[in-house]
Amino acid sequence: MPPQLKTLLPVLAVFICIFLVARHFLIPDSFGKYGHYRANSMDEIAALPAHHIGKAACMDCHDTEAAKLNSDLHSGLTCEVCHGPGWQHMDDPEKNKLSKPGTREFCGKCHDMNPARRTSVIHQIDIKTHNIDRANCIDCHNPHAVWEMKD
Amino acid sequence: MGNERLNSSRRNFIRKSALLAGTLVVGSAVKPFQAMLFAANEPEKTMPWYAIGIDIEKCIGCGSCARACKAENDVPKEPFFFRSWVEQYTIKNDGTLAVQSPNGGIDDFVQTVPEAEIFKSFFVPKMCNHCAKSPCVQVCPVGATYESPEGIVLVDEKYCIGCRYCIQACPYGCRYLHPEKQTADKCTLCYHRLKKGLNPACFDVCPTGARIYGDLHDMNSPLHKFLKEHSTQVLKPQLNTGSKLFYNGLSSEVR
Repeated sequence: MPPQLKTLLPVLAVFICIFLVARHFLIPDSFGKYGHYRANSMDEIAALPAHHIGKAACMDCHDTEAAKLNSDLHSGLTCEVCHGPGWQHMDDPEKNKLSKPGTREFCGKCHDMNPARRTSVIHQIDIKTHNIDRANCIDCHNPHAVWEMKD
Repeated sequence: MGNERLNSSRRNFIRKSALLAGTLVVGSAVKPFQAMLFAANEPEKTMPWYAIGIDIEKCIGCGSCARACKAENDVPKEPFFFRSWVEQYTIKNDGTLAVQSPNGGIDDFVQTVPEAEIFKSFFVPKMCNHCAKSPCVQVCPVGATYESPEGIVLVDEKYCIGCRYCIQACPYGCRYLHPEKQTADKCTLCYHRLKKGLNPACFDVCPTGARIYGDLHDMNSPLHKFLKEHSTQVLKPQLNTGSKLFYNGLSSEVR
């Protein structure tokens, strides 16, 4: 063995050891469990709170509205389509009120005339001309039972 | 004789060393690609393998999915930050194309093309395709984005260094840099909801049932029914991304 290797090899060995030790502390435990990523991050993402609580949770309190909704054309919709996510409302119903939209603009998001909307899929009206005596859609229509007209 | 034996043992030593070094080099060169090999193959059927179906013929462009996605996942409210959005394509009689997406479909769609000029118009809801061979996963230099064993492409916020490679690599434009966290952000197929036994938010709120998701391993899932009943297509099939977002009624004009 050449004499210079005798001095260089221990230095190299020390470097490799330092690298291995540093690597051990820098790489998280779950890295590489399933692939080239940190497996624990899946649990972290899974632990995030759900904001939309679903129709069943709404029905616990609002059973009359839900029964009416389920009996009519809008039965396929969940409550949160119009009222927005209800997780904070469920924690404190008095403090966190949900929105009750019923304006021409809001209902028009689904029901305004548009050539891209199929008439077989959705009832459409022209929100600019349809019954312009009344300001909002909910002045005539009950959104939970659409053809239950108000006076 | 002694000299000869010394020579042969030295030769053996060099030969073995070279073999060892070669194995190490090849091994270390191959190891980074293990994730890609894994991603290219479906895992064994012990876990669900999620995919998405979107029926363009049923989509009415109400933007409920885009609104619900922003609310569910705390996506910044400003335009240009979307995990899920809707585009309206209008093919005119002269063959030209008009595409609009007002605030990702959250604002009202207003048809600007006169009706007499329209040949065909339709909405295309877009979201992460959860590719089986994701370009975004392949370019991540730190292993911060990955494909979970369920086939969902996720981002590890703690590991992401915000280099934006993945944002450029995604051929579908499904990623953005979160302005506060300074990390890449994207659709997780509401992984937190799936794990709680809930549907992803955009699927829950879709009023016409245009969006379907399910387990490709489960032959009785609604998704398989959708795939059997319709002739579906993925976006940019020529890129071979292994997209798992299947559209019914997709026109070739859609990019």
